[in-house]
Amino acid sequence: MSDPPPTPLLTLRGIGKSFLGVRVLDGVDLDVAPGEVHAVVGENGAGKSTLMKIVSGGYAPDGGTVEFAGATRTFRGPRDAQRAGIGIIHQEFNLLPERTVAENVYLGHEPVRRGLVDRRGMLDRTTRLLASIGETTLPADARVGQLGVAQQQVVEIAKALALDARLLIMDEPTAALADHEVELLYGLVRRLQERGIGLLYVSHRLAEVFDLSGRITVLKDGRRVTTVDTADTTADQLVRHMVGRELSSYYPDRAAPEDRGPVRLNLRDAGNRKLRDVNLQLRAGEVLGIGGLQGSGRSALARAIFGVSPFTTGDVTLDDRPVRLRSPRTAMRAGIAYVTEDRKGEGIVPRQSVLDNALLASRAVFAARSGRAARTARVRELLAAVEIRGAGDDQEIRFLSGGNQQKVVLARWLALNPRILLFDEPTRGIDVGAKSAIHDLVRRLARDGAAVLMISSDLPELLGMSDRIVVMRDGHVAGELPAGATEEEVVALAVGAVREPVQ
Amino acid sequence: MSALSLLPARRSVPGVFVALTLTLTIGWLVVLLDGGQLFNQSTTVSLLHVAAGLGLVAVGQTLVILGGSLDLSVAYVISLSTLVAAETMNGSDGAVLPAIGLVLVVSAGVGLLNGLLVTRFRVNAFIATLGVGLLLKGYLDNGYDGPAGTTAPSLVQALGYQRVGPVPVSFLLLIAVTAAAWFALSRTRFGHHLVAVGGDPEVARLSGVRNDRVLVTAHVLCSMCAGLAGIYLASRLGSGAPRVGTEGLYDLESIAAVVIGGTALAGGRGGVIGTVGGVLLLASIDAIFNQLEVDAFFKQVIRGVIIIAAVAVYARRAMRKAA
Repeated sequence: MSDPPPTPLLTLRGIGKSFLGVRVLDGVDLDVAPGEVHAVVGENGAGKSTLMKIVSGGYAPDGGTVEFAGATRTFRGPRDAQRAGIGIIHQEFNLLPERTVAENVYLGHEPVRRGLVDRRGMLDRTTRLLASIGETTLPADARVGQLGVAQQQVVEIAKALALDARLLIMDEPTAALADHEVELLYGLVRRLQERGIGLLYVSHRLAEVFDLSGRITVLKDGRRVTTVDTADTTADQLVRHMVGRELSSYYPDRAAPEDRGPVRLNLRDAGNRKLRDVNLQLRAGEVLGIGGLQGSGRSALARAIFGVSPFTTGDVTLDDRPVRLRSPRTAMRAGIAYVTEDRKGEGIVPRQSVLDNALLASRAVFAARSGRAARTARVRELLAAVEIRGAGDDQEIRFLSGGNQQKVVLARWLALNPRILLFDEPTRGIDVGAKSAIHDLVRRLARDGAAVLMISSDLPELLGMSDRIVVMRDGHVAGELPAGATEEEVVALAVGAVREPVQ
Repeated sequence: MSALSLLPARRSVPGVFVALTLTLTIGWLVVLLDGGQLFNQSTTVSLLHVAAGLGLVAVGQTLVILGGSLDLSVAYVISLSTLVAAETMNGSDGAVLPAIGLVLVVSAGVGLLNGLLVTRFRVNAFIATLGVGLLLKGYLDNGYDGPAGTTAPSLVQALGYQRVGPVPVSFLLLIAVTAAAWFALSRTRFGHHLVAVGGDPEVARLSGVRNDRVLVTAHVLCSMCAGLAGIYLASRLGSGAPRVGTEGLYDLESIAAVVIGGTALAGGRGGVIGTVGGVLLLASIDAIFNQLEVDAFFKQVIRGVIIIAAVAVYARRAMRKAA
């Protein structure tokens, strides 16, 4: 390999990208030098992933230029970028669990001798490649599915290096790692640095950003806020750069103290594969906001309460009686409703009518209890009450707007008279008008005595709607904040920039 | 490191061979108690003949299933191939090679069609190959009422009945084809890419594999294997038979053999050695029940139970691996 040029390895100038008229990136500049670790931080939805996809050839930018190794490049696809020397390690590994390490590393460019795959050579080269990044204990003929997550990550990195990557993008590389494995990754990153490889390091976790990076670029709402030398900044400053938006929208009034009822749902040391030692009380009449980053266990919490992937440890009591919520069906019978995050995938049956979608839950769970006609009439009333506009009850739901679809999903759950409602990103992808209608509905439900748990990545929404906010991090409760907390406080808890309050 | 200690040195023998040994042992004992003999010359030979026909199809089927596809048209390709072979030869020993060549070309054409439908036109493999199969069925039903053509006597002699000891030449052909397929899967780029496409098409694509080309090749090879099975059956029967493929249930049985042999129906895991084990298992059950003169319907019930049990065992194992 020749000496790295003194110029930056990668230079992005004025990168812009829109999806369906929504601007997700706007005039972003960024550069990475050989052997530099450049961290990119920002809230959920700040545009980090989109930017990484543009660098790695997944998306083409609408505007701006990508300069790599001294030449302006337009990548036609991920393969094109790979061949040019840009590798990306996704959170989800791109590996075949049934194949060996060597077969994965050289997939698509297997070494051949006399027209046949040179298996011996492939193993040798993989072993040498692994040794060059300090991994000597990993056999090249082990099946990838039998390896731990950290080792699979090493295989991913080796796979990128086998293609002579000079720039590596790491997207939340520690998200799936245990604490002691993070140390191994640190060592790996430093060895890559020594080889002159540039690294773009995307992470929510400020601690490791400070440990590893030379410079940090902060993105917010698709724009670059600032790029700073890591040595010259503090966690507090970073958090302030990441948030600091005006709280402008209108939210319905919060619950008055006398509206707060008794504890309805009580979790004591509850946990499962994704959650540990969760202690949480949900009261009738309140909206409890759940904050945290993606993958922090917010959705896992809702899914555990609703019995999708139930708690395996700890105690759950409902109205002071111990319960075991082992399936969605038992949860629904116990009066729990769950409006999922992934509306298209888990919320609606796209080709069924509005009415059928609204009747789905009551038909499935309480088929024998009430008469068909009465049930249908009630659901029609509910559909009218949630004010679905511009659609008949018999229209296929997929033709409705996101906001109206969400209202149908709400009507479905209201038909069960739930006492506990779990909302996971209730207003994601919904226009402003429908958003405030849903906010009003959520608040009205709480006022009528329901206990509401609302997960939201939209900080103004979380702060504006919640009577209390519980922030999750790494599968446990990082802290609780009262109404009137600031965005900084939520983000600081979510990224671990402050010490956890002693509970 | 903790994960390392869990690694076995090499992959163990496919479970199907354990099942095969068990079946043969138990079958041998039961037949013995019944006053018969399972491993005499004639039963062994007929067992291997059954295995040869099914095996040729199943090895081809393994390739497409490994790639995450499926071929339901093989039964009709077999019938068509017997007719193409027998009618081209028309009893003449001189026309054997041209006939074999023609069969391979015709079956490769069908495979190409299957492959293109699955890749270019993105038709689900189940539907695409079923449709192509029905197309062939229409042609066969329209043109033929019964056997047609005559297989060359030399081929009947060589492939249909010749033996080396108790092993028919046709079974040696199966071993050769299996070895070739095994070699292709483990030692060629095509093989590596095929398993990758079946394992995760997106991973394969992002690693620079040309998924479509790989899958089309697999379909062509699968159909050619069915063509070979057709040639074998034509030499067994002495003529072309328009319904031999469907009556022998070669489509579903070949898939069953593949699955019993440990290849994942979704693709990406398995191999041809296991498939041959599955074929031998099905053929052994056949032989044992024939010896015991068990009712044909009951035989079907037992086969069904075995197929379901095999898949359940694999599913459990996969689940344990995931946990």
